[in-house]
Amino acid sequence: MWHMLKKPFLLSRRGPATGLVVAVLASLTACAKPQPGEEFNDPYEKQNRAIHEVNVTLDQAVFGGGDVPKKKYLPDPLAKGFSNAAYNLSMPSAVLNNLLQLNINGAAKDTLRFALNTTFGVGGLMDPADVIGLYAEDADFGETLHVWGAPEGAFVVLPIGGPTTERDLAGSIVDIFIDPLGQVFKGRDFVAVEGVRIAGQVGNRQEYSDLIDSILYESADSYAQMRLTYLQYRHNQLGIEEDVSDPYEEFYAAP
Amino acid sequence: MPLRNPSRRTVLVTASAAAAALAMPGGAFALTTDQARALIDKLVGEINAVIASGKSEGAMIKDFEKIFAKYADVNFIALSTLGPAGRGANKAVLGDYVTAFRGYLSRKYGKRFREFIGGTIEVTNAKPVKSYYEVSSVARLRGQAPFDVRWQVSDKSGRNLFFNLIIEGVNMLSAERTEIGAMLDKRGGDIAALARDLRSAG
Repeated sequence: MWHMLKKPFLLSRRGPATGLVVAVLASLTACAKPQPGEEFNDPYEKQNRAIHEVNVTLDQAVFGGGDVPKKKYLPDPLAKGFSNAAYNLSMPSAVLNNLLQLNINGAAKDTLRFALNTTFGVGGLMDPADVIGLYAEDADFGETLHVWGAPEGAFVVLPIGGPTTERDLAGSIVDIFIDPLGQVFKGRDFVAVEGVRIAGQVGNRQEYSDLIDSILYESADSYAQMRLTYLQYRHNQLGIEEDVSDPYEEFYAAP
Repeated sequence: MPLRNPSRRTVLVTASAAAAALAMPGGAFALTTDQARALIDKLVGEINAVIASGKSEGAMIKDFEKIFAKYADVNFIALSTLGPAGRGANKAVLGDYVTAFRGYLSRKYGKRFREFIGGTIEVTNAKPVKSYYEVSSVARLRGQAPFDVRWQVSDKSGRNLFFNLIIEGVNMLSAERTEIGAMLDKRGGDIAALARDLRSAG
């Protein structure tokens, strides 16, 4: 249910790849290290908060929320359709990343899923794969970097893109260039692909409106709440075990 | 020498078990994995019944609130989210805060369960972790891939209750700690003012 928080919004996909991939990988070694004793690795908190403020203002202007009435751009079934189609378009990239992580089973599942939803699901607008229990195994280059042992780096908020980490940002940039769809669709076709992705983001924003609004407009510190939610969700997705403290033990041990 | 008299053996075993239980303070009613699982099974059963009841959304949220109040260790969640700020605070103020928090939490997570309407939750596993139990469940909602919901359960309060809920890694206890901490900061650390505002929040 949190998956719309995962990918930076709006990143255009273009140009030659190899040099950039190498540069991104090299820059990761310069990732900010966590400060001992800090709950989050967030050395850019001041800048992040400023960008977050702008993002929330933009979100409110476009989608409403808080004191501003909600705006709906798509009827619900269409929102779901675009959300499905955009997700389906991420499958070739997920297949590639699963392969890079040596997750052959995941790659096979996502391939089958992509074939099924693109054909019987009318270009991915519907999701017959889910109906028969063939669920996606999400994978992106940020995850691949994690599997390869790269450090997470600092928490970062991107203008429009929202929450990410240095590792996930590097991953998103690499994903732009290695996306198999970019090799197949050129020029105007690729613009259409991008259009579907953006419509999918609008669909997601609408579908998960309650959840997103509760973070952005109904919390005392939306930045802190968003950071916590993003990092916990992402760690769960990457299979990073959270530090298991036992608050309960202490509480009832007190006399 | 084997004991020939089963009734005598039963008596002996029962007596020694009782003695052992009495000898271990707090261990007498120790929760087991099965009991933790049974608790969440029951809770999830009630949630599923509400989801399937076909009542109005408002009525369902009310029912979810009741379930939450019945099965959660709200006292612990309230005081733990307050953290060190609660230490040394006036008892009456703290009591008032816990009451206000109870309503706030039930309303907030009652609403959250609204997203489960049209779906089901199924308990899949339970295991001991440190001093508590973690019960795993899978939520299957309409038009969504199934996702995991974990419940942390303990009997340390004297009753079997859950004290934390983790939806796809996102942890209720830490989210509320962040929220209550921020609210308290905004009110200059005034717990009474926090309690007052919690009554209309969530």
